[in-house]
Amino acid sequence: MNARLTLATDVLRNLGAVVLNTLERLGRAALFLVEMLSGVPVVLRRFILIAQQLYAVGVLTLLIILVSGMFVGMVLSLQGYNTLVKFGAEESLGLMVALSLVRELGPVVTALLFAGRAGSALTAEIGLMKATEQLAGMEMMAVNPITRVLVPRFLAGVVALPLLAALFSAVGVLGGHVVGVGMLDVDAGSFWSQMQTNVDFQTDILNGVIKSVVFGIVCSWIAVFEGYDAVPTSEGVARATNRTVVYSSLSVLALDFILTALTLGDI
Amino acid sequence: MNRKTLELWVGLFVAAGLMALAMLSFKVGNLAAGDVLDGYEVKAHFENIGGLKVKSPVTLAGVRIGRVKAITVDKQRYKAVVTFELDGRYRNIPSDSTAMILTSGLLGEQYIGIVPGADEDKFLKEGDKVFKTTNAVVLENLIGQVMVKLTEGSGKK
Repeated sequence: MNARLTLATDVLRNLGAVVLNTLERLGRAALFLVEMLSGVPVVLRRFILIAQQLYAVGVLTLLIILVSGMFVGMVLSLQGYNTLVKFGAEESLGLMVALSLVRELGPVVTALLFAGRAGSALTAEIGLMKATEQLAGMEMMAVNPITRVLVPRFLAGVVALPLLAALFSAVGVLGGHVVGVGMLDVDAGSFWSQMQTNVDFQTDILNGVIKSVVFGIVCSWIAVFEGYDAVPTSEGVARATNRTVVYSSLSVLALDFILTALTLGDI
Repeated sequence: MNRKTLELWVGLFVAAGLMALAMLSFKVGNLAAGDVLDGYEVKAHFENIGGLKVKSPVTLAGVRIGRVKAITVDKQRYKAVVTFELDGRYRNIPSDSTAMILTSGLLGEQYIGIVPGADEDKFLKEGDKVFKTTNAVVLENLIGQVMVKLTEGSGKK
C-alpha cells in the first residue's frame, strides 16, 4: 500500500516538474525576447552585422526557396487543372494557383523550409559558441553577446523571411504559368486576367506578407533562443537544433490557422 | 569573403525580394488598375441590387471606368443606394445616362454598366444622382415568370 502511494506521488511530482520546467522555459524565452528587442536600436547603427547575417540566412537559403517555389507552383497548376477542367473552369487556373500561393503556401512552406535550412544552422552556431565558451569570453571582454551575436541574427531572420516568401510566391506563379499555359494549353490571357481581377491587394497579398512577417519573428526567435539556452555539450547542441526545427514547424502551422481565422474573420 | 562581395549579394537578395513583392502586387494583384485616379462619386437608387458588392466594377461600353464604393439602404424609400466612383478621365458622361446592374456571363459576378444618355450639355459630376436605373435580374424571379408562362400555356389546351 505504501509503495503504491509513493509511486502515485512520484508520477504527480514528475508531471509537476514537467509543467514547471516548460513554464520556466517559456518565461525565459519571453524575457530573452524583451532583452533582444531592447538591443535592436544599438544593432541598427551597425548595419554590417545584420548584412553579414542576411547573407547567411537569406542569400544561402535562396536556392532551396526558388527551386521548391517553382515546383510547388508547377504541381499546383497540374493538380488544379485536373479538377478545374471537370467543371469547365480551367480559365480560373491562374487565380487558383496565385491565391493558394500568396495566401497560404508561400508564407507557410517558406517558413518551414526556413526553419529547416536557416533556423537549425542558427541554433547550432549559437549553441556551439556557447559550448566553446565564446559567448562567455565576449562577456569577459565587456562585449554584450546579445547585441553582438544574437540580435543581428534575429533581425536578419525577421527581414529575410518575408522577402523569401515573396520570392517563393512569385516564382511559384511563374512555374504555374509554365505548366498551365505552356503544357496544358490554358489561355495565357485568361490565366492572368482572372488572377488580376480576383486577387485583392489588401485581403490576399497584404495578409500573406503579414503572415510571413509573423513567421519570421517566431522562427528566428525560437532558433536564437534555443541556441542561447542550449545545454553546452555536443549532445545539448544536437537536441537544441532538433527542438528548433520541431517547435518552429509546429508553431508556424498553428499560428497559420490562427492568423487565417483572424484575417478571414469567418470564425 | 570581403565586405564588397557580401554587400553585393545582400543587396541583390533584398532587391530580388522587393521585386518579387512588387510583381505580386502589380502583376498578380493588379494594384494599379484597381485604383480610380482623381475620381468623382455618383449615387444611384436601385430596387434590387442582386449580388452587387463593394469594389464591383463600373463599366462603360464594357470598359471598366470605376468601381462601387459603398452600398447602403434608403430607409424611407426601401431602396438600395449604391455609391460608385468614376475615373476622373471620364467626366463627359451625360447626366441622363442609365445605370444597369448586369451579370458577366450566366453565373458570373455582377457589375454596373452605364449606358450614356442623350444630354449633350449636362454631365455627371461629384455628388450627382443617376435617376435612370435598371435593377439586377434575379434568377429566381425569372424562373418564376417562365413557370407562370408555361402553366398558362398548358391551361389553354
